[in-house]
Amino acid sequence: MAYLLQQMINGLTLGSIYGLIAIGYTMVYGIIGMINFAHGEIYMIAAFVAVIAFTALSNAPLVVAILLVLLFTMLITAAYGWTIERVAYRPLRGSFRLAPLISAIGMSIFLQNYVQLVQGARNKPVPPMVQGGFTIMDDGGFTVQLSYLQIMIVVTTVVLMVCFTQFINTTSLGRQQRACEQDKTMAALLGVNVDRTVSMTFVMGAALAAVAGVMVTLYYGVVDFYLGFLAGLKAFTAAVLGGIGSLPGAMLGGLLIGLIEAVWAGYFSSEWKDVAAFSILVLVLIFRPQGLLGRPEVEKV
Amino acid sequence: MSTSTVEAARPGLEAVLKELCLTALAGLALTVPLVAYETIDAAGGLQLASRWGSTIFIVVMLVLGRFGIILLRTPGRESWVAIGGGIAAAIGVLDLFRDGMTHLLGIISWPAITPTYTLSFLTGVGGAILAIRAIVQVSRRNSSTTKADRDARAEAIGDQVRKLVKVFAAIAVVFALTLPFLPFSNRYVIDVATLIVTYVMLGWGLNIIVGYAGLLDLGFVAFYAVGAYSYALAAQHLGISFWLALPFAGLLAASFGLILGFPVLRLRGDYFAIVTLGFGEIVRIVLINWYDVTNGPDGISGIPRPDFFGLASMTRNGSDGLPPFHEYFGLEYSSEHRIIFLYYLIVAMAALVALFTVRIRKLPIGRAWEALREDDIACASLGINRTTIKLAAFGISAAWGGFAGAFFATRQGFISPESFTFIESAIILAIVVMGGMGSLVGIAIAALLLIGLPEVFRDLAEYRMVAFGAGLVMIMIWRPRGLLSHREPSVLLANRPPPGPGRPSTRPVAAAGEAAE
Repeated sequence: MAYLLQQMINGLTLGSIYGLIAIGYTMVYGIIGMINFAHGEIYMIAAFVAVIAFTALSNAPLVVAILLVLLFTMLITAAYGWTIERVAYRPLRGSFRLAPLISAIGMSIFLQNYVQLVQGARNKPVPPMVQGGFTIMDDGGFTVQLSYLQIMIVVTTVVLMVCFTQFINTTSLGRQQRACEQDKTMAALLGVNVDRTVSMTFVMGAALAAVAGVMVTLYYGVVDFYLGFLAGLKAFTAAVLGGIGSLPGAMLGGLLIGLIEAVWAGYFSSEWKDVAAFSILVLVLIFRPQGLLGRPEVEKV
Repeated sequence: MSTSTVEAARPGLEAVLKELCLTALAGLALTVPLVAYETIDAAGGLQLASRWGSTIFIVVMLVLGRFGIILLRTPGRESWVAIGGGIAAAIGVLDLFRDGMTHLLGIISWPAITPTYTLSFLTGVGGAILAIRAIVQVSRRNSSTTKADRDARAEAIGDQVRKLVKVFAAIAVVFALTLPFLPFSNRYVIDVATLIVTYVMLGWGLNIIVGYAGLLDLGFVAFYAVGAYSYALAAQHLGISFWLALPFAGLLAASFGLILGFPVLRLRGDYFAIVTLGFGEIVRIVLINWYDVTNGPDGISGIPRPDFFGLASMTRNGSDGLPPFHEYFGLEYSSEHRIIFLYYLIVAMAALVALFTVRIRKLPIGRAWEALREDDIACASLGINRTTIKLAAFGISAAWGGFAGAFFATRQGFISPESFTFIESAIILAIVVMGGMGSLVGIAIAALLLIGLPEVFRDLAEYRMVAFGAGLVMIMIWRPRGLLSHREPSVLLANRPPPGPGRPSTRPVAAAGEAAE
């Protein structure tokens, strides 16, 4: 029981990170119908930027450092998101169906190796910064730990999600995004700047992935340039599981994937946990392609 | 990059400045953390080393390049861009060979403007591209031809090239057959050629599913792995010879393809691609973790080499009761015999794939694949069973991957999950995409470029994958149909031009695509 609780706590933390990345996938898919394969790399770049920024700010007070790093990383990855859309995806609108996906794969390979080239191939360690936590339960030898860092990750995620949902539901830009999602031509006719809205979608997705990248740097304390590939795939799985195009779905999917992975790793074997995530992806796509909260897609001629 | 913005004759100064500032800002954000600071392992944790020179140089060059692109939009300013681009290209080239220059001129140090060799190269290439674009634009404006004329002419040239393809293919086949006996050929050349032909074969195998059926398979390497491991395991545990194992490797990969294919075939487009990627990763994880069978990350070594059709052994002293090859044929012993034999083996296997592909394209199933690729709903409306033909494409593609895998295992003598990563799938896919999704000759050329060039430029290995990723993006932007496109359907109604970009078309989507070029 205690062991299960511990795995649930770990899973929730991991799931929050997946959820934050998954939002980027789900928004981009919702608005232009493409899988932004390079989104995982944005998360990886965020982690690297965070390592550099934490090293530069090693003398600053902890809270200030974390806040500054968060802001700075969000800014930088937002620029990456914007540029990627501008360079690799925008010229391809109206090209053949699979062109954006192939371009995104190229972009992902490029970014991974670019980071390896400019930052070196070795793993980057960060000293643990947020330490300590609560002991929730002591069950005859096994203690359930809830660290401050885990609380911070989950709380940040929840706050961001609430703000973000509010943003999409109430602001003018959010309305424009929802309009573009439904019908780009009609939105353009009504005076919505579609290009700008799509750009902003990439910027927002990248900024949320940046938060995930900073959190994962703090959580695991080590960063490598392969980080984005697996995390990206799992976040995409989360987006599909929750129903692609649906924001609460992405969050729910992220949490579920995190929980399943943690419980699987805890009770079966940690080597096979990636197989669990991929199997979920395949099963969901076969039996419920619209996901848990999504609307079924209509095949149009 | 340049087209979606305003096409006005002369953008105002304010707009230009705004765009340049935006470029500078984006450039700063992209480079400041990652390029300006490198993290270095030090005693007390990480430390930062700054590279501000490179960073500022990159940003300045980005702004200048952007300014060049803006100038290209204003008629009459092309000559500026041509000169500026030319200067940048010259600086880049001179700086790239700075060591040679100092040596040549007998001076102590070359006054390099570009901070590093990488940046010299990028400056040179960027400048050259801008200059060429400017010159092309000027010559286009000065000639009286319209866009339609140019398209027609490009089409005519394309047709000529396509007619020449047969001649070219014949020359290539003769060259491939005589390669081991040509004067410049040595062990290294044949080794590289074997590698290239292996990728040609893989490309042709993947082409059936990506190029003909139009399904993006990102997990092709899984079938390659199944073929390789099935031969390696059969040889190790059952002592089965290569020739006996080869068909089984193909069959096993094919049935694997069918098993995997069955559940995913209902999915369309992007989803299909991601699920195949997931399968590819699952296969790799299984290979790593199923230690009892696959020996995990350590891989399988000592995989036996193929014998000469059961007549002679390709080893020096003979094995399995077979005489050695050179004694059987009364030749002088040479270690190159085995390498040449392996080379011919893969050439023969690739030729088999090519023949098969050319023939099946003309069969009803080949035409059904094309129909599926062009429009899957229309295809279903014509009464074609999509599931069956998709499964057939999946299975056939997988079988060729399996054959190539068995060859890979026997050639290397050692296999491990390291050889079957997603990058491998991406490389094979890039070969197919660059070759034009469906053109056999195009795929062969693409394999020659993508596999051969990195082999030649081994010293630049660390730049290989960066260039590879960027190349994939650029091909999609500039030539989405590949280098040698060949997407016309093989059956057409008389007098009706086939659809697709690059040809005159009234569809707004295609028109937008043309404007972007």
